[in-house]
Amino acid sequence: MAVANSSQYLEAYADRFADLSEKSDSWLKQQRTEALAQFSATGFPKARDEEWRYTQLSALDKTLFLPAQQSASIAVDVEWLKNYQLADAWSIVLVDGFFSAELSVLDGLPAGFVVSSLTQALAEPASAALLTDKLNQAVNFDENGFVAFNSAYFADGVWVYIPAKQVLAKPIQIVHVATQSAVAINTRTVIVVSEQSEVQLIETFVGLEGAYVSVAVAEVFVGQNADVTLYKVQVESEKALHFGGTYVKQARDARFRHDNFALGGLLARSDVHTDLDQASECELNGLYLGVKRQHIDNHTCINHLKPHGISRELYKGVLDDKARGVFQGRVVVAEDAQKTDSQMNNRNLLLSNDAEADTKPQLEIYADDVKCGHGVTVGQLDEKSIFYLQSRCVDEETARNMLTFAFANEMVDKVKIKSLHDVILGQVLMRFPQEGIYKEWL
Amino acid sequence: MLSIKNLHVSVGDKPILKGINLEIKPGEIHAIMGPNGSGKSTLSHILSGKSGYTVTDGSATYQGKDLLDMAPEIRAREGVFLAFQYPVEIPGVSNVYLLKAALNSIRKHHGQSEVDAMDFLTLVKGKVRLLDMDEKFLYRAVNEGFSGGEKKRNEILQMAILEPKLCILDETDSGLDIDALKIVSEGVNSLRSPDRSFVMVTHYQRLLDYIKPDFVHVLAHGQIVKSGGPELALELEEKGYSWLEDAEASA
Ligand SMILES: Nc1ncnc2c1ncn2[C@@H]1O[C@H](COP(=O)(O)OP(=O)(O)OP(=O)(O)O)[C@@H](O)[C@H]1O
Ligand SMILES: [Mg+2]
Repeated sequence: MAVANSSQYLEAYADRFADLSEKSDSWLKQQRTEALAQFSATGFPKARDEEWRYTQLSALDKTLFLPAQQSASIAVDVEWLKNYQLADAWSIVLVDGFFSAELSVLDGLPAGFVVSSLTQALAEPASAALLTDKLNQAVNFDENGFVAFNSAYFADGVWVYIPAKQVLAKPIQIVHVATQSAVAINTRTVIVVSEQSEVQLIETFVGLEGAYVSVAVAEVFVGQNADVTLYKVQVESEKALHFGGTYVKQARDARFRHDNFALGGLLARSDVHTDLDQASECELNGLYLGVKRQHIDNHTCINHLKPHGISRELYKGVLDDKARGVFQGRVVVAEDAQKTDSQMNNRNLLLSNDAEADTKPQLEIYADDVKCGHGVTVGQLDEKSIFYLQSRCVDEETARNMLTFAFANEMVDKVKIKSLHDVILGQVLMRFPQEGIYKEWL
Repeated sequence: MLSIKNLHVSVGDKPILKGINLEIKPGEIHAIMGPNGSGKSTLSHILSGKSGYTVTDGSATYQGKDLLDMAPEIRAREGVFLAFQYPVEIPGVSNVYLLKAALNSIRKHHGQSEVDAMDFLTLVKGKVRLLDMDEKFLYRAVNEGFSGGEKKRNEILQMAILEPKLCILDETDSGLDIDALKIVSEGVNSLRSPDRSFVMVTHYQRLLDYIKPDFVHVLAHGQIVKSGGPELALELEEKGYSWLEDAEASA
């Protein structure tokens, strides 16, 4: 088996880089070059890095994942895609990281709103001008090796621009479809929601059977007093690796909510970082389900930079078989961020003796007048509850399924878009024994 | 209906029930009273199949079958119902969901088809009214965030819907105010029938003013130390338990 390291990636991606560089404006070329320098210096993250100590990255060394080529994509079955693509949303579809006009549904998007391919946006002076201020501004390439890799080599992605004082009637969905194997799919998404607008967005990651790696970086700018809900539905293929980072900048009074459903992939890591300005609020929700040998890693960082910010976080994990779940949640309250109100919770349910949950909440508080709390639990199903259900005629196995499902369903129930709720519910039910779960009664 | 013979039960090495004998015929109401820690809940639990107890001797026969040999859910489907002293909160499972799952399990057990959705709602709503509850309770998670009294009422609601044969009420009256006690008692009385029996564990004679028992037993230190009619409860109310415990000690 080939052993790959970052220098082999550099070599394998040299043509891709030359090609991208040539197509980029000088400012972007400059950014790509800096990112490349960063990646060649550090490579992918190492286990000795505290933020990566739970994440097993040896798969990237065992296989050299080549850059996905648009021409190698398999035609996507539209009927199959309907399982994930919402009929009542505007949607933009990327296949193996490249914009697909045929599969995207963007008709009727109101004037002034932009949902487009990032490459196309960069080629167009008006949007390129907006992007120079945004690209690589919510995250820097020195964040980690994947961000550097992504910044150097992203071939396409999504650009979303919402003008000020708008409420969008339908959500916007970004669907990432992977059809190839042994490739890296590198996408960059930039979302700008201008002041006082309200929007709901969905990022869906889905794949065919392949063993590919998704490296997806999203930058989200939530304008002053704007309100953004971003759902992430990660249902990658069973063999896939997923490294997804969502980096958010919230302006004053901005509200941001992220609901993170980490269900697929063999190894899936998600990073959600948000910076809060004065009186901004964020709510981070997460549900990770691990079965078989899945490893699902969740990292969040909430940065309270200014006073009166509010953050609420709840991540729940259900781990069966030999699966492993990780939650590393940081809340940083800067010296300036007085009157911060922050609560972080992580709850894990272990269904087998071989399953594992690692949870590491971190509070770093530099202000003195704040209200910050956190709580974590790792446990099994409650025997008292099982007996109670049995005494109400429910057999033990069904009782266990009901309680497991109820634990996870708390997060599913938070999803306010009906069609999306149903997609997620279906995905959750599919991953666990359903005997005794009557979907139609829920 | 239920015949308990010389029942000995331990938790770990600690004997808790030390030779219980009790005969309950169809239609009878038996009240069990006794000091804290005497084993009343243990008896309720062992009859409904909670794990963690060891039967070291004796038997319990329910409708001719060895009760102690059945899984808890089979007992429940065969008509044994325990109203818990401390009902458990089940976040994420709604009352109506659990009721439907329970009712259908019973029907399946008896070879009947699933309950019709409309019939079910009619049945449930009728019982909700009987217990003077708000219909909203049906759609809330089982016992989650309920007050003590609401939890007890919810237990009786379940009982009224599942129509068990042997109803074991473990301190259902504790913590109820007089109005709630009346409502719960009415609920219980409406279920009285010649082929349904009740075991009511209580600390308070007051309950027995509303639900008149056929027999009153005193459980102390894991044994039934005295049995009698309703007048025994009045005597206990007046004198407490010590005279019985003393009598037992000197015997
Ligand atoms: N799981 C257990 N482990 C150890 N001891 C137990 C356990 N369950 C019950 N006991 C003990 O058994 C005895 C009887 O308890 P039980 O709950 O049956 O009493 P009770 O009569 O219902 O009391 P109360 O009136 O307070 O409800 C007590 O001494 C109690 O501490
Ligand atoms: Mg008790």
